[in-house]
Amino acid sequence: MEAASVNQPVAARPSTSARARDLLSKYGLIALLAALPVAYGISDLINDGNLSRLGENIVAGLSNGAIWALVALGYTLVYGIIELINFAHGEVFMIGSFVGFSLYSTLGLTLATGPLGLVVGLLLTLIVAMVTCGTLNVMIERVAYRPLRNAPKLAPLITAVGFSFILQNVGVLWEGGSQRGIPDLIDAQKVLVTVVGVSVSRADLLAVAVTAPLVFLLTTFVSRSRLGKAMRATAQDPEAARLMGINVDTTISLTFLLGGLLAGAAGLIYALYQTQIWYFQGFTAGLIAFTAAVMGGIGNLRGAVLGGLIIGIIQQISDNRDPTGLGPELTPAIVFFYLVVIMVFRPQGLIGEETREAG
Amino acid sequence: MSRLPDFRESRWGKVLPAVVVVVAVALFPLFRPPLDGFMDDSILALAYVVMALGLNLVVGFAGLLDLGYVAFYAFGALATGWFASDLWSKIGSEKGVHVGVSEFAGSLPGVHLNFLLIVIGAVILTAIAGAIIGLPTLRLRGDYIAIVTLAFGEIIGRLAQSGDQISPGGYKFSNGRQSISPIDQIEIPFFNQFDSATDLRPYYWTVLAMVLVVLFVNIRLRDSRLGRAWIALREDEVAAASMGVPLVRTKLMAYAVGAAFGGISGAFLGAYLNSVNANQFQFGFSIFILAMVILGGLGSIWGTVIGAVLLAFVNNRLIPDVLNDVPSKVGLDFNVTELSFGIFGFVLVLMMVLRPEGILPERRRKLELTEGIGTGGDDTVIEARA
Repeated sequence: MEAASVNQPVAARPSTSARARDLLSKYGLIALLAALPVAYGISDLINDGNLSRLGENIVAGLSNGAIWALVALGYTLVYGIIELINFAHGEVFMIGSFVGFSLYSTLGLTLATGPLGLVVGLLLTLIVAMVTCGTLNVMIERVAYRPLRNAPKLAPLITAVGFSFILQNVGVLWEGGSQRGIPDLIDAQKVLVTVVGVSVSRADLLAVAVTAPLVFLLTTFVSRSRLGKAMRATAQDPEAARLMGINVDTTISLTFLLGGLLAGAAGLIYALYQTQIWYFQGFTAGLIAFTAAVMGGIGNLRGAVLGGLIIGIIQQISDNRDPTGLGPELTPAIVFFYLVVIMVFRPQGLIGEETREAG
Repeated sequence: MSRLPDFRESRWGKVLPAVVVVVAVALFPLFRPPLDGFMDDSILALAYVVMALGLNLVVGFAGLLDLGYVAFYAFGALATGWFASDLWSKIGSEKGVHVGVSEFAGSLPGVHLNFLLIVIGAVILTAIAGAIIGLPTLRLRGDYIAIVTLAFGEIIGRLAQSGDQISPGGYKFSNGRQSISPIDQIEIPFFNQFDSATDLRPYYWTVLAMVLVVLFVNIRLRDSRLGRAWIALREDEVAAASMGVPLVRTKLMAYAVGAAFGGISGAFLGAYLNSVNANQFQFGFSIFILAMVILGGLGSIWGTVIGAVLLAFVNNRLIPDVLNDVPSKVGLDFNVTELSFGIFGFVLVLMMVLRPEGILPERRRKLELTEGIGTGGDDTVIEARA
């Protein structure tokens, strides 16, 4: 240790100022994230005398955040393994919503369908949406990213943007260019239970009930299975992984498949939750989810989930505080502001490792 | 005939074709009706050329992928909105502020400046905005830069869309979802005020002059110390820094100069379209301009010009006028105009996979871009992380 510290004094013993800066960047970010809820919590206490409005925002934020978490996992998986921002991922999520809605009529799911039929039908829809999106994601990788694997990093990012526009136009051809209301199959806004003035709706429960097992399955798969080990090895060093007999291309395809599966699930939940879909939903969702992934530390699965939940809360608070300056119009600007601040001041995210990008 | 190669190599041989093209482009409106669709398309195409040249400087020369270029279009157009309309009608105790404008505009409330002043204002404004947007990206590399610039572009667009609520001291940032309109017709010293209702040609010559100035600046910059620094930066940042290229200043200059070109074009488009509409400031516009640069050839000035003219005509003429009815004729129920951005996306993917160096490639950039392409497969080693 002594010898090492002679060679690398800075690395071995960080100076006080460096430690202070690190603390500031970590807790500064947390303080910034807490600013919005705290500010509105205080204003609620003053105006209403209780916190139920903020509580409602947080519950809705957590369930919305569960959807963003699923999409964010796709970004994080892909970035972790090939260091590419899969720009088309948001559009894959959008296609998931569209596939889900199209299956409503195929399977004869209407508002009149009984509970059992609904559960079976929606499970089937979920599986089809997931498989479609997974396959789509793998195909995108094959066509647009694999040929450019050794090209400068700019190249695959540009094809990703290109594909995102192509998929948006597939959406336009499919369901038209405007927002489209779809049947509210599960009666999404029906309140299930009210705790201290905060109500939990069916949609909230659904989002958490689908997301939690999927996230559990994914983390178990990545940390326990043989293929998951191959993924982690490829993420660490593709060249060494290849030398160890891992088929790197297959592993990358598998990563895209997993990301697509999750995006498909998120797409269906989103359709059930919001009861409207449109071709442009993927763009905003993609950027929000990417913000979530960066916030948690890109490449880090737990981080993506955490980031998704936090972003969900921020977004809900901003969406629902119309009279006091914020509103749905400005929500994306606020989310993007957080994105810029995080990328610049803490590119490794809340709990992520130092990435190469952080330089 | 044996003299031809010598002539090609001589100074005149290089300049003459360019002069011939410029003279032809400058004179052809004299032989055409002063008001028609083709004139309109040409003006837009030239305005896009200015913008694409600015983006090419950032992406092509300096290698900084800017996905939020629309921000500079927005700032340029907003500058025209602020300084050539009655948006700020409160100013000067409701009589307005007028500098170098004719009788009619001089009688209106709001700020009304001469177009040259507006362009100078837009250049200063966008150059500062470009440097400010560039600042946070200095510590970042590669695709993080792309996302941060994209986020900035979106923030500016959103702010412009709700700009009627942002009014410090009663001076609105923009007109929100409504457009700022009408905008003054362009006025330039020593010329009569333009009138787009009777004659589009003055607008054409104005934007052509802008293209020539920007082209000249671009070529001189490319061959300057700064231009070489940009190219060095693009090829290897670490090597460039260790050779003494000041990274911060070089990068910020790229952002500022590229942004200023966008601002010039934005200011012109605001005046030409006679309205500044915040709904135009969308991500898709950034991609539209990026597609021009990539189609023409990243880093290639002449390629960018060709790419911009080509895509401008595809967007404004081929898609709405020629292709739009094709699907309904073969019994399909959609318009091609709805799909224009899908077409540009397709151009991006196709070019990047098949011919990443563009139509008219720059020699050095071609080497860089084709290195390692088409070899991706089972038996290659991934070097993307280097």
